[in-house]
Amino acid sequence: MPSSLAFVAKYIGQVHWDARPEELRALGARAAALLQQPEPGAEAADCLRRILLVVAATKRHRKLDDKFVDVLERALCLPKCPPQIQVLCAAILREMSPSDKLTLSCHEIQETKLLSTVGAILLAQGNKKAAALAVGQRVIKVLEGRLPEGQSSRHLLPLLSQVISVFPASLTEDQTNVVNKRMVDWLRYASVQQGVAQPSGGFFSTPRARQPGPVTEVDGSIATDFFTVLSLGQHYTEDQWLNMQAFSMLRKWLLCYGGEGASSPSSDDRSEVDGSVMSMVSATSTSSRLLPPKERLREKAFEYCQRLVEQSNRRLWDPGSWGLLVVTGSELGALRKPDGDLQKACLIEAVTIMDIICRQDSSYVYRTLSCLKILHGRISRDLAYAWALLPIAQFFLNHSETAAVDSEAVYKHLFTRIPAQLFHSPMLAFEFIQFCRDNLRVFTENFSIFRQSFPNLFKFLAWNSPSLILEFMDLLPALLGPDTAIEMLHLLLDLPCLAAALDVQLRSASASASERAACDPAAKPASCLEAFRHPLYRSSFQYLLRTEAAPGDSPERLAPLRQLLGSVANSPRVVQCAETVPVLLQLFFNTASECADKPLINQLVLVLLERSDQLYELPAFKADVHRVLSSQLLLLCRLHPSLVVELSKELLEFSGTVGNIQNKEDVYTYVVWAIGEYMSVSYDKRCTVEQINRFFEALEAMLFEITQLRPAASGPPSSPRVIAVLMTALTKLASRSQDLIPRVSLFLSKMRAFVQHPATASVYSEQDSEEILTRATELTNLLKMPSVAQFVLTPTAEVAGAESQRDTHAALPAAMKMVSRFMERGAGFVPG
Amino acid sequence: MVHAFLLHTLSPRPGDAAGPCRLLYSRVFGSERPDVAPEPPGLQELERERLGQKERMLVVARQVDTMCKLQQQVSGRPAADIVLQLPDEPMSLQDAPAGLFRLPAGDPFGDRKTVLWLGVLSLGFVLVCDPHENLMLAESTLRLLARYLLDHLRLLGPGSDIVLKADKTEVILNKVLPHGQLLFLNDQFVQALERELSATLPK
Repeated sequence: MPSSLAFVAKYIGQVHWDARPEELRALGARAAALLQQPEPGAEAADCLRRILLVVAATKRHRKLDDKFVDVLERALCLPKCPPQIQVLCAAILREMSPSDKLTLSCHEIQETKLLSTVGAILLAQGNKKAAALAVGQRVIKVLEGRLPEGQSSRHLLPLLSQVISVFPASLTEDQTNVVNKRMVDWLRYASVQQGVAQPSGGFFSTPRARQPGPVTEVDGSIATDFFTVLSLGQHYTEDQWLNMQAFSMLRKWLLCYGGEGASSPSSDDRSEVDGSVMSMVSATSTSSRLLPPKERLREKAFEYCQRLVEQSNRRLWDPGSWGLLVVTGSELGALRKPDGDLQKACLIEAVTIMDIICRQDSSYVYRTLSCLKILHGRISRDLAYAWALLPIAQFFLNHSETAAVDSEAVYKHLFTRIPAQLFHSPMLAFEFIQFCRDNLRVFTENFSIFRQSFPNLFKFLAWNSPSLILEFMDLLPALLGPDTAIEMLHLLLDLPCLAAALDVQLRSASASASERAACDPAAKPASCLEAFRHPLYRSSFQYLLRTEAAPGDSPERLAPLRQLLGSVANSPRVVQCAETVPVLLQLFFNTASECADKPLINQLVLVLLERSDQLYELPAFKADVHRVLSSQLLLLCRLHPSLVVELSKELLEFSGTVGNIQNKEDVYTYVVWAIGEYMSVSYDKRCTVEQINRFFEALEAMLFEITQLRPAASGPPSSPRVIAVLMTALTKLASRSQDLIPRVSLFLSKMRAFVQHPATASVYSEQDSEEILTRATELTNLLKMPSVAQFVLTPTAEVAGAESQRDTHAALPAAMKMVSRFMERGAGFVPG
Repeated sequence: MVHAFLLHTLSPRPGDAAGPCRLLYSRVFGSERPDVAPEPPGLQELERERLGQKERMLVVARQVDTMCKLQQQVSGRPAADIVLQLPDEPMSLQDAPAGLFRLPAGDPFGDRKTVLWLGVLSLGFVLVCDPHENLMLAESTLRLLARYLLDHLRLLGPGSDIVLKADKTEVILNKVLPHGQLLFLNDQFVQALERELSATLPK
């Protein structure tokens, strides 16, 4: 069977997306004629569909005839307009907006369904604010009065919701109170009897059905209290539909119109009393009838939420027993899986609304607190409810201070358990990270558990990197502090490894018992899955998958694991994760350089040198990381030039290892450059001639090594860039310890022989050779004037600073450019 | 509140014929216009705004397309490898790639938004939600919408002239997501909606 895309494509091709104006006019004329017939039928519908398609298509400016707009408007409002035609007319009028031809108004509309249709059109118009505002007024007017027979408010509530979304502050106090009062009725006083089936004439519907029974709870028992969205019945009555709609828009309504000017003078006293006598299940306040509408709605909304919390505790009816139900003739159908999700969605909504109510009236805090404490205790062990832990934690964040309770345990549970166990749920990961983002300031200032949990939070990132990278750009700086920096750098570099380990962990969890038992501790594990349980690797896995920061631990022990997990390096998830690392590293260093003191910078540089070697086996990843690490090395050196002196031992070792040139030329080049630039008494008084000499000797040996012309050269010759940077660094060092000048001059003079040697010439381009020679000549010339060389090659700190801001990525020092300029100019004056 | 719903094609894997992703249907419920604009904007400005809105929808569609591809990579099940079902069989959406991501404020919408998407073979179903929307509810609504659209529009059947069935799409949206309002529909409400839909939508 050909793919459906082919069909879609075919039809897109056939239909005129960009009809010419005259075609559109012709279509309009035909549609107008058809619409004016007594009963417009399929042909009219077909015509309207085509017009809608053209009108909705993207680019072209499409203009509909004024008369046609008028015909559409009239057809739309005809009481006998077939529903299909009405939908199409409305869609065209909505999609062609903005238009100055529209004369629709909702003032006279009595029919609720039409009001809903016209309302949507008016709200889509950008230039008819008054008309759009009138929609809201009209809706309230209709809601206020008595609806004519056969009319339903069901069409109005969602429209009202759209009005307050588009124009949040458009209702007056009187209008709000009308809604507040109606909301109370809908939420709290919907019928608890099931509705009667509509006589639709379907095969199964018997016209004289039995008297419908009461609605039930989700577990099948008779409803114990008022109707909610979790109450079940075969058919619903009108007020039960409104109950569902009212709850659906309750949160937005409260946020828009529930706050400000709460008029309960002795709210504190009341809550004390209520807190002690309130039963967990929907207690009714006897005094609530005396409350003003806004406060009364708050009260009822709160009770509704309490009841939902209670209802969410009920076990869903077991679908397995459905057969029994049919036999006993129950009205209740089997519940499918989505209702479990609905229960959770309701719980989330209920807790969120309770939180809003508490923000608007703090007298609810105590009642909510006790309710949510019980709820937390109940669901905290059930991973299926993990999602609901987020609004609960949000409530504690917002109100635990008011309530003077310690809620650290709630956060601790959240941060240690949930990411570790549910990192693979993309929705939860997203919500969790949003929750962290929304509360960043509070968390970083008040709760150490947040920062401590970064290894756990990184699991979300490692597993869901494409959808979470943006979130972590905000989160990472908050997680990063002097206490976490080093460990975080290690973990960032191991992020692809973490993704691979999580994959193994997940597979291990779903492996059968026999597969798990198969592991033989004496034999070497044959696969990652076996290694996961193998004594040899167990502790490394545990360390990599830790839930909290472990600063004392040594990340070096991950080396064997990195190698082991190399076998899954090509898995798409690991690759996707690896691709996010460079940008995060960049951000890491930018942030770290702002908060790091000098000792920490030294440590970061050490990690950088050490880890440039130990990276997960993914060639593209390694190259990217090396690139970032080298540029960041530059940044750190600029911030703290003394590190070259302080870390001279490590730098000496690094720069004196030939392997580093081959494996990580980028990093090596920058290290050598940093030595040449900053190993100077003008940056650090502690810099001695002996140190300079030692570095000189090490670098000289390296240059000798890579420019040595052997008959059978081992490996390809180094890049001209490394040679150039080594020559320059040697020259700089020599300018500061002038006994070395003859040695470096001699070396530089040999460069011509090197580049002209057949072995070199076959690899380097002419331009490469030319550049090396030019550089060598420049440096030689410069060294002929030692005092000038010293001045030119060791810029003062201010000069270096200014240069660094101009060009942070220059591979060669700014001083070199100065040298060239100097020499070019100088050549004119200095005779031969 | 759902800011917008869109339905678009997912571009095939490299190598397959057919063009980039195309918007098949979009409906915007929210407004990008500030409430307190002093002067009502002129027609030309509004026309530009309309095009801007279409562009924004296309930006979202392209991002969903990319996300869907990345997701298919990691799930190891490229779309084309899923066996096509007969159009009369109910389509299982449980295993269809789905996900969500955030659009930061200013790009492409004025405010930050959350995008929920569901990829069914070559089609992307998308809800653009305001921040702090109940995402669990949004997800089940999106699945419900997708199921109804697939069923009633026979999107996966041969000769599916989806772009010419916008009226059916409108009817389904008006029922399941009226005015962009997510509804807490328990199973019984869903069944009632289904009955209403079957009554209004001739197959």
